Amino acid sequence: MPQLKIVDLKANYGTHTVLERINLNVDKGEIVSLIGPSGSGKSTLLRVLMGLLPPISGEVHINDQPLNYRDRDQLRRIRAEMAIVFQQYNLFQNMSVLDNVTVAPVKVKGRPRQQVEAYARELLEKVGMGAKLDAYPDQLSGGQQQRVAIARALALQPSILLLDEVTAALDPELVNEVLDTVRLLAADGMTMFIVSHEMAFVREVSSKVVFMDAGHVVEVGSPGDLFDRPREARTREFVGKILRH
Amino acid sequence: MWEQLVEEAPRFFSYYNMLFFAKALGATFALSAVGCVVGFTLGFVLAAIRLTKHPGLKPVRITVQLVTELVRRIPFLVTLMLVFFLFQGLNADLSMFTVALISVCLIATAFIAEIVRSGLESVHHNQWDAAATLNFSYWQVLWWVIIPQAWKIILPPVFGFFVLFIKDTALASQIGVIELAFAGKTMVNKGFSATLVYGTVLLLYFVMSYPLARFGKYLETRLAPTQDR
Repeated sequence: MPQLKIVDLKANYGTHTVLERINLNVDKGEIVSLIGPSGSGKSTLLRVLMGLLPPISGEVHINDQPLNYRDRDQLRRIRAEMAIVFQQYNLFQNMSVLDNVTVAPVKVKGRPRQQVEAYARELLEKVGMGAKLDAYPDQLSGGQQQRVAIARALALQPSILLLDEVTAALDPELVNEVLDTVRLLAADGMTMFIVSHEMAFVREVSSKVVFMDAGHVVEVGSPGDLFDRPREARTREFVGKILRH
Repeated sequence: MWEQLVEEAPRFFSYYNMLFFAKALGATFALSAVGCVVGFTLGFVLAAIRLTKHPGLKPVRITVQLVTELVRRIPFLVTLMLVFFLFQGLNADLSMFTVALISVCLIATAFIAEIVRSGLESVHHNQWDAAATLNFSYWQVLWWVIIPQAWKIILPPVFGFFVLFIKDTALASQIGVIELAFAGKTMVNKGFSATLVYGTVLLLYFVMSYPLARFGKYLETRLAPTQDR
């Protein structure tokens, strides 16, 4: 039984269709990378999965249960199961590092603050931000902010983590510190959806790579298959272009 | 002129005159304070309603927008007259002071709603996205994330508005409310020197609005610190 099943998903921006006929199965502990040219719908797919852009049609199942994005209670369940880390970190600018990580579990979930804080410290330690608990986002580098954002996403103990081009806004030197954190999570067995342009990284960590173009899934395969033996002409063209660099 | 003022001063600063001024000051203060507090509170509520996205609330959003845009575009005096005649037409037996109070609340609410709306909208939309994916409700996002970041945009124009607004309450004299400007006019009619009378009125307005401006500054440093962190 796949942990996450996407069936014939379709999404529009206004009247413009941005995702169509998306079918994907993701097993527990799998790391699925979405690659493709800009505008192919990779980030949009993550936004749809998080309910930031409700799908027009199709189904999303978590642990074999179909979920309705238009139903408020079900949307809450979806967002409890999945967490997203954004390209621009999107940390709450008015809160310290520790508050960014604890605010949702304490204020939204109503969990005891002490317990949440202990867990938050543990998470921040894990992503290497244990010494910056009282800092504000504008005092941190991009890489540091991104690692706090990862800790924040993990604080609600999601079963699936979505990473939306988490290194795209970072200086090259800072990319590795974030990728190391992701490697750590991968080793823990967290199910992840990764949108990334870091092809070497994608190849290294992914159990499955999805090539998307113009709002469609063109090809799905293991990193080896997709990068070295692509079946579709469009995949070959894309992979040929990016691997030449 | 100076001699005339000195000679007139003891007569002017008599107990009964000062009592009269104190009452007038009280009226101006009450109109200002109630207008500011009610305007600030309702302004926030209206701004928050305008930012909702729920399709079911669309009629409410449109109504709120219509009322704020309308009231902001009518001169204060016209609003005052409108409220006055509206209640007369309804045969409601309201005192002039109550009519003025309702008018100032209406005006302050409309103006502040617009200031707050633009302040809330100035916070980057990615903050809404992040909060939504963490299962914050609309009001939780506003309260915990958006409003704290909007203070620094909202507070300076709000307190600027308050200072203008205190002066505008003088128009309540047009429907016979005895407030500061009205008291000044009465005193001049009684034959006191206009310089002395309006000098006193000036001072009293200043005494009211200066602490308010200081309070605004204080709030800014408390709620919207820009440095030292």
